[in-house]
Amino acid sequence: MARAAVSGGLKVRRTWRPAVLVERRPETASAATLVLDVPGWPGHLAGQHVDVRLTAPDGYQAARSYSLAAPADGERIEITVQAVPDGEVSSFLVGDAASGDSVEVRGPVGGWFVWKPESSGPVLLVAGGSGVVPLMAMIRSRDATGPGTDRAPFRLLYSVRGPVDRIYDHELQHRAMADSDLDVTLVYTRTAPAGEPRPTGRIRIDDLVSYGWAAELEPTCYVCGPTGFVETVANLLIFLGHDPSKIKTERFGPSGP
Amino acid sequence: MNIITRGFRGRRRDGGRQLPPGQYLTHDFPVLSAGPTPRIPLDAWEFTVTTEDGERQRWSWTDLMALPTESVTADIHCVTRWSKLDTVWRGVSLDTLLENLETEADFAMAVSYGGYTTNLPLEDLLDGKAWIAYEYDGEELAPEHGGPARLLVPHLYLWKSAKWIRGIDLMLQDSPGFWEQLGYHDYGDPWREQRYQGD
Repeated sequence: MARAAVSGGLKVRRTWRPAVLVERRPETASAATLVLDVPGWPGHLAGQHVDVRLTAPDGYQAARSYSLAAPADGERIEITVQAVPDGEVSSFLVGDAASGDSVEVRGPVGGWFVWKPESSGPVLLVAGGSGVVPLMAMIRSRDATGPGTDRAPFRLLYSVRGPVDRIYDHELQHRAMADSDLDVTLVYTRTAPAGEPRPTGRIRIDDLVSYGWAAELEPTCYVCGPTGFVETVANLLIFLGHDPSKIKTERFGPSGP
Repeated sequence: MNIITRGFRGRRRDGGRQLPPGQYLTHDFPVLSAGPTPRIPLDAWEFTVTTEDGERQRWSWTDLMALPTESVTADIHCVTRWSKLDTVWRGVSLDTLLENLETEADFAMAVSYGGYTTNLPLEDLLDGKAWIAYEYDGEELAPEHGGPARLLVPHLYLWKSAKWIRGIDLMLQDSPGFWEQLGYHDYGDPWREQRYQGD
């Protein structure tokens, strides 16, 4: 269960804590979920991230931020890491790290791009690639609140290059089937599975009209993905009449100036 | 206590120039913003400085273009840990914009189109340390990087360099801006690694 607030204040969140990798689960050919035991972890909200620090035997250190993928399970946290080309930390975590390895973590970080289980309004999640990770944390922490009539209805639009790039594939299908208040729509940009009626291509305004929420319902929109994707989606949502203050974005990856 | 990660060597590819602690070098230009990118037509653009007494000074886009410009080459450091070296900008120095101002203020709040705010000591905007920048790398500044114009304060973490700048409010007392209210540092010196409140 996600705790509603992080106790202990800033000092607790800023402390580097030793963590032990207990499981590494491949999600796709280039992404993996890492489960970490973090003694003293103060809890977190869906959408927050964590700093991960690696130290080489000679003392050299490298730290990066990764989105938390699930509500905390006591002192156990999950991150999903997409290996980026030439990624010093991500390629180690996805390719080399093994159970029992030691790292350090600090967090949680970020109090803006978050969803709180007690909020009941409709939610639109729009993910590009591994941008699905913090949004999955929101879906999972919504589930952790247990079924009830006032559970927030969620819609996820998830843009991927092709079927092999789907992170959390089976779990998302399963959740969408079991839960009438969770809709999951895949948008394929390059390769679609057989029988997919939508032509491949980047996310378009009609995708948001058909599978998102009408602006009149005043959903909170969370958009996460590469810069170009987030720019496009956020602009389309504004064009469709969504209140800019209800569009929360998280961008990652390189972009031209 | 030293935690060593088995098998991790790292790339140490930052060799040569020293970077602030905890930063890595990038040759791309990543984008970090909390919300959608506002679009501001130049004929509606305005930059306003407001003193603690409520006195205002305004510049239209045409006014801004008529002021002396400077070319700035600077290293920039984002709190999300990337640094980019020798970036080239063009803009108007804050010294030029603030030179005739009557104020006793010690602090400033940069205010943006779209509602973003960030606080800085006024002295960090003066003496050739800050600009209203409207060109990046010889081209007009792209909207996702803060165009038509952004604040540029390269000696502080980049969230202090407010994109889509609309004005500066001078304050007698410091008050936290958008990220600062969410736990980020009031000053944000990358060389002292002032990422979060209390660092």
